[in-house]
Amino acid sequence: MTTFLRETSIVFRRQIRMNLRQPAWVLIGVMQPVLYLVLFGPLLEPLVSQFDTSSDNAYTFLVPGLLVQLGMFGAFFAGFSLIGEWREGVIEAERVTPANRSALLVGRLTRDLLQLFVQALILVGLGYAMGLRGSVGGIVLGIAITLLVGGACAAASNALALTTKSEDVMAPVINVVMMPVLLLSGILLPMTLGAGWLQRISDFMPFRYIVDAVRDVFAGDLGASTVMWGTGWAVVLFALAMWWGTSVFRKENA
Amino acid sequence: MQMIEARGLTQTFHTGQGRKKTPVHAVAGVDLDVAEGEVVGFLGPNGAGKTTTLRMLVTLLRPTAGTATVAGYDVVRDSVQVRRSIGYCSQVGSTFSGAYAGDEVVDHGMLYGMSRKDAVEHGHELFDRLQLEGLWRRMPKNMSGGQKRRLDIAMALIHRPSLVFLDEPTTGLDPQARANLWDHIADLRSKQGMTVFLTTHYLDEADALADRIVIIDKGVIVASDTADNLKANVSGDLVDLEVSSDEQVAVARDKLGSLSDSVEVEGHHVRGRVSRAGKVVPGLLRDLESAGVGLDSIEVIRPSLDDVFLTLTGRSLRDADEAGGESFDPDAPEGDK
Repeated sequence: MTTFLRETSIVFRRQIRMNLRQPAWVLIGVMQPVLYLVLFGPLLEPLVSQFDTSSDNAYTFLVPGLLVQLGMFGAFFAGFSLIGEWREGVIEAERVTPANRSALLVGRLTRDLLQLFVQALILVGLGYAMGLRGSVGGIVLGIAITLLVGGACAAASNALALTTKSEDVMAPVINVVMMPVLLLSGILLPMTLGAGWLQRISDFMPFRYIVDAVRDVFAGDLGASTVMWGTGWAVVLFALAMWWGTSVFRKENA
Repeated sequence: MQMIEARGLTQTFHTGQGRKKTPVHAVAGVDLDVAEGEVVGFLGPNGAGKTTTLRMLVTLLRPTAGTATVAGYDVVRDSVQVRRSIGYCSQVGSTFSGAYAGDEVVDHGMLYGMSRKDAVEHGHELFDRLQLEGLWRRMPKNMSGGQKRRLDIAMALIHRPSLVFLDEPTTGLDPQARANLWDHIADLRSKQGMTVFLTTHYLDEADALADRIVIIDKGVIVASDTADNLKANVSGDLVDLEVSSDEQVAVARDKLGSLSDSVEVEGHHVRGRVSRAGKVVPGLLRDLESAGVGLDSIEVIRPSLDDVFLTLTGRSLRDADEAGGESFDPDAPEGDK
């Protein structure tokens, strides 16, 4: 175990060092949710009281959705840097060392999670400045759920990257996956506004429960059944994606 | 001790789409023995199975069939021990273009379990030895091709392996950088006592560096010997005599004809293939002199490994390259084709 942690931290520190050389990417990644917050938030202000949600504050409603979106979208692009590394032979070079295969993945995921954590703080801080109010414990828990989702998406993205080994394949796959996820998760507007059939479809979208859960914990409703469901889904997705990612990194491990 | 011992090593890939999968026998039963301290050149055209064999030996690819022990460990059962004992320098490189060279080398060493201090010290030592002084904080994207290859070798050597695999080490380098890299590769054995296994599709490279040459074609080993023996056994040296007058041509043809069964005449030139020319040419010259034949010039041309390959496979390496084309391993990063 100590070897695993040591190897993970070597990989993590190497990744962070490269990220810090291009800090602009952390900000570019957070730009999209910030734009939603600033340019879409005001549109919600007069509408939010009509939503059947636990809060009448537009920003307490919107920020949790944007957090989950950040966790999904931001992390999904993590795999692109892995393709670059693979192409330059870095992954192979790491795979001929005795280092644990999972450590090679987990070290990279830790970087993705740290980056996501910084972005989440920026988003929540900005949301607070614009009027978000919620329970501190709930916000902490909400960010924790976001990190789980982000970890799942980053692991899946890394697995996809190492399977396809091509940005040209990755980009359309991510688009195809992300659009329905975005539209059916109630990130921008609650799904409860929709017609019955639309709600039924969204019932099959795990991310929807996660968005609901983060929204409820932000509003201070930590005991709601949605929180249990959302957290459960986040854990399940995280476990599945980790299993996938690890098996791809272990592939052909003679 | 045998550093590499492979028996019936096989790799079969399945290519094609959907249900119609065609098996491709990239490596079809390779036997290989490399002794400690040997420098072995693994030669063959593109797509012959060189890289695939190498990837099985360095534990990146699980053999479909057959066995291999490397540095005394089984590549499948004891892959971690194999990895500890070997260095691998792949065709495509090993460092990220936007990271500092020194950082990459140190991190790599630490993944082998070295302490940071040890990795930094040995890294600097390798940089000095490989003429990379002053490039510790240079990014690979700002390095020349030769510097980048030497950095890859430093990466492969950081954990002091006793056996190093070099995959097409000089592909894409200019002649000067190539010659320079050859010196460094030769030093690995002569100064560091390492065993070196290198693949190449350059004949002169195998000729210049390797004690022994193993030739692979279409996934099968077709020859394994020293460069000199391969050349001597297969084709013999070309002896080219230029006589000074027309009437001497016939005499020269007879004399050379007693040593060679393939004599050609072109103007004043009389040519023929002779095995071990170094031994027989002095006698030939004495004979010609006593027969009153004056020579304007004499040339002895050693056969190239290209001649060897041609004799073994019926194709020249260059043609085989054009026909061979693709490397079969779908998981390998693409090398310089």
